[in-house]
Amino acid sequence: MSGLPDGIERREFDGHERLSTRGEPVYGEPTDGEWRCWDAGRSKLGAMLETGMDVDLSGGESVLYLGAASGTTVSHVADFAGPTYAIEFAPRPVRDLIGVAEDRSNLFPLLKDARKPETYAHIVEADLDLLVQDVATRGQAAVAVNNAQFLADEGQLCLAVKARSEDVTADPETVFEEVREEVAAAYEIVDSRRLEPFHDDHLGIVARKR
Amino acid sequence: MTEHATERGWFADLDPGSVDGARAAIDDGSAAEPADWPQRAIESGFADSEADYYELLQEATVAATRATVVDREQADDKQLLHAVRAMDDADRTANELAERLAEWAGTLFDDVGTGVDAARQLAEREPASPLEARVISLAGRVDDLATEADELRTFIERQAPEVAPNLCEMAGAVLAARLIALAGGLEGLAKKPSGTVQVLGAEDALFAHLAGRGSSPKHGIIYTHEYVSGTRPEDRGSASRALAGKLSIAARIDHYSGKRRPEIHAELDDRMSTIRARAKDDDASAEGDQ
Repeated sequence: MSGLPDGIERREFDGHERLSTRGEPVYGEPTDGEWRCWDAGRSKLGAMLETGMDVDLSGGESVLYLGAASGTTVSHVADFAGPTYAIEFAPRPVRDLIGVAEDRSNLFPLLKDARKPETYAHIVEADLDLLVQDVATRGQAAVAVNNAQFLADEGQLCLAVKARSEDVTADPETVFEEVREEVAAAYEIVDSRRLEPFHDDHLGIVARKR
Repeated sequence: MTEHATERGWFADLDPGSVDGARAAIDDGSAAEPADWPQRAIESGFADSEADYYELLQEATVAATRATVVDREQADDKQLLHAVRAMDDADRTANELAERLAEWAGTLFDDVGTGVDAARQLAEREPASPLEARVISLAGRVDDLATEADELRTFIERQAPEVAPNLCEMAGAVLAARLIALAGGLEGLAKKPSGTVQVLGAEDALFAHLAGRGSSPKHGIIYTHEYVSGTRPEDRGSASRALAGKLSIAARIDHYSGKRRPEIHAELDDRMSTIRARAKDDDASAEGDQ
């Protein structure tokens, strides 16, 4: 397990050591003082940290988060990171995401389509440290490649791939192999592993922009 | 980043230090590439410092995104989606409660029937004991829920034709609303290929088929349309394909133009009579064989 950054700690909740960050509670998660539990079963990035993937975080990173949904994971990211741009395509979850952003001055919610970076490139700054992607759409690798333009050289990608979004009938391993190949066009893959038991048929990929 | 100097940030046309008018810039603006926007905003005098920039950016993105979400969610087709789902929930719940009620009321009264209508009659009675009062009160809730479902249906029948005139004329208001709900909105429905529209509502069967189990579904929710359910089983595949094709066109006209187009309705009627004529032909030839 790589060291956790400033702002993420393992603390005891209900008798188990679990990840936690400091911030306003968002989704009824258990809290310990100002620390709130980061549930790896509800967060792919949380699962990537929990399974010991080689994620290199030190706290204060500038972040682009694609597929922010209701803001469950992005709220934890904003707790330890610096400026955090949160992109989500569907209006309903963004209603909740806005509530999360109101309590966090470094979180910028945007109702945009991650497949069309040109529609938010006039807002999201260049040379970011970290790209987190969790979009359940076909073409997840292409989204990661097209959004590499926001990362600084050597900037880090944390990608959660949902096999069933690419092809419900194919064997997940086949899908993952294709995604790894396609991602490698823009990134050097540092680590990749399945996110079971937290998320079925999901692959976590950690990579550096080439 | 001087190499991107031609690109303009979201704040380019705003007054320094103000986010008035930022919504249009955030929603509709674009850039071929990102740039060091905080630095550029400070250079142009829009913000005094990086901290000042991020404060303005947060204010602008929260306000613009909230306003856009409200617009999108309050759009008439999204309201229709909630109305039809609420109608189904109210209907289903009323029926479930009516069943529970029949079980219970049957132990107290010997002349109660089953179903929502029986519950409505029961609700009229005067309770003779605290126990009967509970049962009769429950009957009143069933009545209320069933009434709510009826009123939601009336609302949908009035509202749907304004949202999707062609789709409603072809499918009826309730089926039109269900199709819109299944597709997540009129735009979603308009963008779906007709093969998808044909099996909307039959996702379980479709995915079972894709996974290699079972045959492909011939129809989803459009089964409730008379043109499908009223056609003999061996022609239902053709009927639902024809209907789905025209429904897709109707949804596209409704979404992109909004005007009523009589010809597509006539075309569908034509096609359906051709399909249904097969049954008559078969009958005729069967008779001829005898």
